[in-house]
Amino acid sequence: MASLGELERAVMDLLWAGQEAATANRLRDLLAQSTQAQGGSAGHVGKDLAVTTVLTVLSRLEKKGLVERERGTRPHRYQAVSSREDHTAELMHEVLGSAPDREAVLARFIGSVTESEAETLRKLLGHI
Amino acid sequence: MFWTSYFLAVLAIALAWPVPILLSRARWPARSPFTAMLLWQAIALAGGLSMIGAMLVYGLEPLGDNLLAGLGALAAMVLHNAPTTQLGFWHIFALSAAALLTAHLVFTLLLTYYRIERQRRRHRELLALLASPSADGPRTVVISHDSPVAYCLPGGARSVTVLSDGLMSALEPAELRAVLNHENAHLNQRHHLLLWAFAAWRQALPWLPTTRLAQEAVNSLIEMLADDVALKTESKATLIKAIAIVASGPAPAPNAGSGFTGQIVSDGESQPEGTTGGAGSARTTATRVSRLLSAEPPLSAAFRGLVLAACVLLLAVPTALLIVPGLLG
Repeated sequence: MASLGELERAVMDLLWAGQEAATANRLRDLLAQSTQAQGGSAGHVGKDLAVTTVLTVLSRLEKKGLVERERGTRPHRYQAVSSREDHTAELMHEVLGSAPDREAVLARFIGSVTESEAETLRKLLGHI
Repeated sequence: MFWTSYFLAVLAIALAWPVPILLSRARWPARSPFTAMLLWQAIALAGGLSMIGAMLVYGLEPLGDNLLAGLGALAAMVLHNAPTTQLGFWHIFALSAAALLTAHLVFTLLLTYYRIERQRRRHRELLALLASPSADGPRTVVISHDSPVAYCLPGGARSVTVLSDGLMSALEPAELRAVLNHENAHLNQRHHLLLWAFAAWRQALPWLPTTRLAQEAVNSLIEMLADDVALKTESKATLIKAIAIVASGPAPAPNAGSGFTGQIVSDGESQPEGTTGGAGSARTTATRVSRLLSAEPPLSAAFRGLVLAACVLLLAVPTALLIVPGLLG
């Protein structure tokens, strides 16, 4: 049995790759397929997966604000709130940006440098 | 008891203005960052202690010969709703200010902790979906992004070091090891606790020069400490090169100018934000590199001992002034 974390990742990968919204049933089938495609042993993510498990994963992702549900249709269809690239950009914005608590939240190898400093450092690189 | 409150007030003022300004201008902290870090912690703790202590001692003066007796008498007054005729207006004012300041400091500390933890949790959630494990070490993940970026996200057993694709392709294996060792040093030495405490301290009293200077100094000192750990396994030249490459954006490939447009774009992303946000961090990078280049020897043991003694005195004197008279009497 794969952990919920692994399943969340697999579901998000499917939603990011797919163009349109998908139902939990459809996602379950896709997860099972991708498992078979990998020979069943490499990733056992979709093995014996119940639709209820997929729904649990989807509601967790919804709570985290990563997935949204189309209202009004039954069964519900799910899609990613924003693309993988947008989420990466969001993360990098947190890392590179100037949020007030940034310095306490995470420690960067190099803080921001001014253009003139960067120039000095590039020159320095030539000497080493 | 009266002179105690004056002495504590003078100490609080000294630790709030002149002392941190002098220390932030001193050059020796770069030669012994660990010692300097202890001194900043002592200054912050003793500053808070003497600030609150001065007001408390002044306010309790009519109630008893010492702090403990005074506090006991005050508690009795509060519990029995007794008249406060013994206390003048300024005594009550000082006592209220002491209570408010204490509550404010504790509350800000907790609030900052909560805010930082929430941001880290969200960040970790996204990393779990976006980043893939790295071959370079446990608790290390790679995220696909073109700028050279390396950082660590503290969180106990779930601490993680994040590297970008851009970084992995820009650095030689030895340089990458230097970066990883640097980030692991942050995690192993629990630098995030210091960052948290000093961020909260600044958040609580932003108008006090000492809080800004202390936070900037601590940010810079932890980088030096982590650099020192990286230097244990990698050479100075390797570390300087890694810093220079990461700081100056993607290194131009020796054989082509084709990657050049990408470099302009990624620089444009990070520079304006950086210059508005972190005047301190820009100086940190410069200080780090010049420190590595100049290679001054560490401080003598005698000087370090002197600073340590100062730390102990800073903490012991206000504590003793507050507690000891009560124990003796």
